[in-house]
Amino acid sequence: MKNGFTNGIVRLREKLEAACSEVLARSDDDNGFIRKERERAMASFKRLGFPTQAMEAWRSTDLTATLAQDYRIFTEAPETGQDIGQIFQCDIHHLDTDLVTLLNGWYVDHGQAIRQLSCGTVVGSLAAARLAYPALFEAHYGRQADVAAGGLNAINGAFALDGVFVYVPDGVTAGKTVQIVNIINSDENIMIQPRNLVILGKGSKLQLVHCDHSVRHKRSFINSVSELFIGEEAVLDHYKLQNKDNDSAQVTSAFFEQQSGSRLSSTVITLNGGIIRNNLHVKLSGPGCDASLHGLYLVDREQHVDNKIVVDHMAPDCVSRQLYKGIIDDQAMAVFNGYVHVARDAQRTNAYQNNRNILLTDKATVHTQPHLEIYADDVKCSHGATVGQLDPEAMFYMRARGIREDTSRMLMMYAFAADVINHIRIHPVRHQIDEMVYRRLRGELSVCDQCILDCNAQRPQVFEIDLNKI
Amino acid sequence: MLSIKNLHVSVHHKEIIRGLSLEVNAGEVHAIMGPNGTGKSTLAAVIAGKEVFEVTSGEIIYKSRNLLEMAVEERASEGIFLGFQYPVEIPGVSMTNFMKTAVNEQRKYKGLDPLTASEFLALMEAKKKLVDIQSKLTNRSVNEGFSGGEKKKNEIFQMAMLEPTLAILDETDSGLDIDALKVVANGVNALRRPDNAFIVITHYQRLLDYIVPDVVHVLYEGRIVKTGGKELALELEEKGYEWLKESNS
Repeated sequence: MKNGFTNGIVRLREKLEAACSEVLARSDDDNGFIRKERERAMASFKRLGFPTQAMEAWRSTDLTATLAQDYRIFTEAPETGQDIGQIFQCDIHHLDTDLVTLLNGWYVDHGQAIRQLSCGTVVGSLAAARLAYPALFEAHYGRQADVAAGGLNAINGAFALDGVFVYVPDGVTAGKTVQIVNIINSDENIMIQPRNLVILGKGSKLQLVHCDHSVRHKRSFINSVSELFIGEEAVLDHYKLQNKDNDSAQVTSAFFEQQSGSRLSSTVITLNGGIIRNNLHVKLSGPGCDASLHGLYLVDREQHVDNKIVVDHMAPDCVSRQLYKGIIDDQAMAVFNGYVHVARDAQRTNAYQNNRNILLTDKATVHTQPHLEIYADDVKCSHGATVGQLDPEAMFYMRARGIREDTSRMLMMYAFAADVINHIRIHPVRHQIDEMVYRRLRGELSVCDQCILDCNAQRPQVFEIDLNKI
Repeated sequence: MLSIKNLHVSVHHKEIIRGLSLEVNAGEVHAIMGPNGTGKSTLAAVIAGKEVFEVTSGEIIYKSRNLLEMAVEERASEGIFLGFQYPVEIPGVSMTNFMKTAVNEQRKYKGLDPLTASEFLALMEAKKKLVDIQSKLTNRSVNEGFSGGEKKKNEIFQMAMLEPTLAILDETDSGLDIDALKVVANGVNALRRPDNAFIVITHYQRLLDYIVPDVVHVLYEGRIVKTGGKELALELEEKGYEWLKESNS
């Protein structure tokens, strides 16, 4: 550990432990379940501590400077002050869509902590859902996100104070896309730990878009954990859009569990951010599941993005596909670590893994490590990784047609990225992300363009999107 | 239109073109023939502006300007078109998007407004007919998965879209069957005008049955060793290149 940061890291650890004790002492709304979970998580954190580069899973991502910052840690919903109305005002015409907002990690309830949508889907605050649906909550909470697996998972579990809860009952097709907007708005450095739980009943369908948004903030550290259960024959389309500023650090962990015959399509688009680590864990528990995991990262300057993916084929006849592509500019660094595990009984597994990167400068770095571990004998698996530059022959070909060099480069980068964007199944979202990627590659995208909704009232609304038409 | 004087070109310190001179006037079609490895494709690439080739001496004047000082894309916008011997595949960039960008960038260079989507599509439809190119090809990525013949037709299609002043076709006939060859030749003939010119690089006299040249040059060891009328091509077809080697050794 680098000298000089040590004190800061010790301070954060002590702060977190003290804050957790405070939460545990305040047992007013606890029925015992969550208290046990928190205690277990805290014990685990005390044992594991924060990740360091000495750990294989964190070899290429250094959180030292992030952990050494002095953050405010909330143990209850902070006073939100005057801003709330203003933040949302510009979106009034969108609010009748299934928009869910987290402000600094806390559910913004608009007077309704849980609401049931006309289609039957329940969306609301995790804290409220714990009390309103204890059986459902306890059957799913903490099942996937193993607190023993890592210090940051553990510390998230030690709080688990709030976040988003989505429940789609059996056979229900969620009518509109549910969109989670995670807003950071603070005058102080803050560390937040949202905890989300998404449950799809048998044969249900949900499209979920998850955006991160900063309005006004100092340095922030987000350590989020999401658990997503996809019941038998259910279908989940999950999109995550990250466009944070360079002072932010974000560790997101999403744990998906798929029951038999279910389908998951996950797309993670990283357009900007200081340090980003995305853990994606997909457990294929029942036969006949299909999981498509797509990712696109466009990083420059000193940015760092790390995608760690684990696909666990536990049952036969499942298909998983990973396609992650990245363009790395300046001194930025990207890490891809994809691991596919095929259990002994998971016969007739098809698993594909592909990571492709373009390095635009000599100082840009990518660490890519596709990895297969197969214990079944009747499987089709492939993995591959490429790191390259833009094809100079193609560049010449385009310029020989009169296309300027910068435009040629842009077209090629855009084409490279389009491969991932074209997998987005919600048409307006695809169109939107397409536009954002285009602008990002042209260097025109600002960090204000955080999400599909572009909430910032100070700016003219550049992106016209009507979620009603989804 | 194009005046090349005593051109010397090297690549990786190896001299490929050794004192080449060539004059091309508006309204002319020049054929450049010659055995493999004599610098034909190098000449084409140097005119188009490929940077790997180093011009060590000599000059190329195009429309009274020093061509060698112009960037690749500027040359294209000034009307130089290279039909590639091996057209490059560009995965993910659709033909339509590629052509629209090229047409509009060239228009921008000339101070013209970009074509609207409908104007562009109308132009594309008209030019597609000229080269008998199938609609599905323009929906695909540039040259990706195109057959050899489709790639060459696609070069002519792009030429038709961009309406160059000086088009250099680098072995556009190679690998083509007779029907495709006719399509390519018809495309070129349809685009011939008094104010433009073509340089057709080929190994075979066959193409010149369809694209009748005004002047035929024989390039050998980096120099033009013989220049004549269209009958020179027939002579070469009959005698091969061996007699050249003998008379120049």
